[in-house]
Amino acid sequence: MNMSDTPLLKVKDLSKFYGSRIGCQNVSFELWPGEVLAIVGESGSGKTTLLNCLATRLAPSAGSVEYRMRDGQFRDLYRLNEAERRFLMRTDWGFVHQNPADGLRMTVSAGANVGERLMAIGDRHYGNIRATATDWLGRVEIASDRIDDQPRAFSGGMRQRLQIARNLVTNPRLVFMDEPTGGLDVSVQARLLDLLRGLVSDLGLAAIVVTHDLAVARLLSHRMMVMKDGHIVETGLTDRVLDDPQAPYTQLLVSSILQV
Amino acid sequence: MPTPLVVSDVAKSFTMHLRDGIRLPVVANVSFSIKAGECAVLGGPSGAGKSSILKMVYGNYAVDQGQIIVPYGDRLVDLASADPRTVLGVRRDMIGYVSQFLRTVPRVSALDVVAEPLVARGIDRTEARDKAAALLAGLNLPERLWSLPPATFSGGEQQRVNIARGFITDHPILLLDEPTASLDAKNREVVVSMIRSKKEAGIAMLGIFHDEDVREAVADRIIDVTAFAVQGEAA
Ligand SMILES: Nc1ncnc2c1ncn2[C@@H]1O[C@H](COP(=O)(O)OP(=O)(O)OP(=O)(O)O)[C@@H](O)[C@H]1O
Ligand SMILES: [Mg+2]
Repeated sequence: MNMSDTPLLKVKDLSKFYGSRIGCQNVSFELWPGEVLAIVGESGSGKTTLLNCLATRLAPSAGSVEYRMRDGQFRDLYRLNEAERRFLMRTDWGFVHQNPADGLRMTVSAGANVGERLMAIGDRHYGNIRATATDWLGRVEIASDRIDDQPRAFSGGMRQRLQIARNLVTNPRLVFMDEPTGGLDVSVQARLLDLLRGLVSDLGLAAIVVTHDLAVARLLSHRMMVMKDGHIVETGLTDRVLDDPQAPYTQLLVSSILQV
Repeated sequence: MPTPLVVSDVAKSFTMHLRDGIRLPVVANVSFSIKAGECAVLGGPSGAGKSSILKMVYGNYAVDQGQIIVPYGDRLVDLASADPRTVLGVRRDMIGYVSQFLRTVPRVSALDVVAEPLVARGIDRTEARDKAAALLAGLNLPERLWSLPPATFSGGEQQRVNIARGFITDHPILLLDEPTASLDAKNREVVVSMIRSKKEAGIAMLGIFHDEDVREAVADRIIDVTAFAVQGEAA
């Protein structure tokens, strides 16, 4: 069987309630290898709740999320044992936070931030780890003479690039990103987006990107889901959703921006 | 060989939810097919729905009704109802598109913009760039521009990047939305001869050309879009 004809992730009727409030409700979709899915909507629409439920950072109230492990078997993410969950978190997945401080260790060097993920999967050879870390810093356009500096000394854009290197160094198959360009200056955003676009396509990564910025969705994603009040109101090919939006809420979102 | 493109009974309207949900009918009963090596041209006044038809064939606009059938691998795909993954696969392997305007991506050079469709099909980057360079040279785009992102290019320069990008692959179907609109006479001639070569190579083309000379030179057949106007329904 050709694996690219099999989804990587199968989400069925996923819901999360905060007491009587809806976080997200009845979300179903499948994600294939190499596919980038953007989840868009304004703040409070449930994007991050959904992302956290998918990434097992938050327990859903109902529904199922199945992931195809490297052995080809689908496993219910909420029935994994601790070792399997650790493997996903440390190796097979990445999670890029909006605020780099949430995804980095701010008081260890840039090189160690990248090397740490390698050590977690059993690499013990200092020279190899440093060489791989240097290579990855280069790929995210951080000069090699900054390898021993702490991210505290980095600009926002550099921190975010470091966070990306830290996540990608283990060759994950799936990366979750929560507003990866949020909080950055526009010019810095453009550079980061371009870098992400290149990395995601070169590595053939599957990714789920939460963003309220439709230009980010346009540039990075193949497919889009539009969320409002915890529900998916529209889904489809990214350029189709943006150029010929069908749902009233999507039309409102698209018309509220200058041009994407 | 199956017909490369069959459009049958397609209808399209826009519902403007922000304007009290008014419905803007564009076209209905759109039916035509295009043979390999044929260049059909959509004719009709501005606003008749020519670009909308091209965009539906590319999967960029939703289709209200009808079918758009393209052979893909050993099956036939209906683009009007295909899922996003299938549409992306059909675009990668079957349909090239030269849009009216180039959508630029920051920091990507003109050469890479042109080479990208080949790279996406697994062709080696160096080889793809060589082919891109040959096309840009043929279209007289000054070599000093090749390494720059096209965002700052003139309309005609951007259009030539767009044309090179659309023509670089050997997609069996090519959609052309006014590819010569902002070109001078010399470059229009280049595009006309590029279209002729595509015909000889058996490519099925569907285009929009406002320039009468170009249309005369390339069209095998005019499809009159006013025939698809929606009857008895005020916009
Ligand atoms: N995304 C859209 N949303 C709403 N209305 C649209 C959209 N795209 C096109 N239209 C409308 O559909 C009708 C047909 O437009 P289209 O661009 O297909 O015409 P055209 O024949 O290509 O015109 P031109 O010769 O001026 O390029 C027009 O009334 C246009 O305003
Ligand atoms: Mg048009």
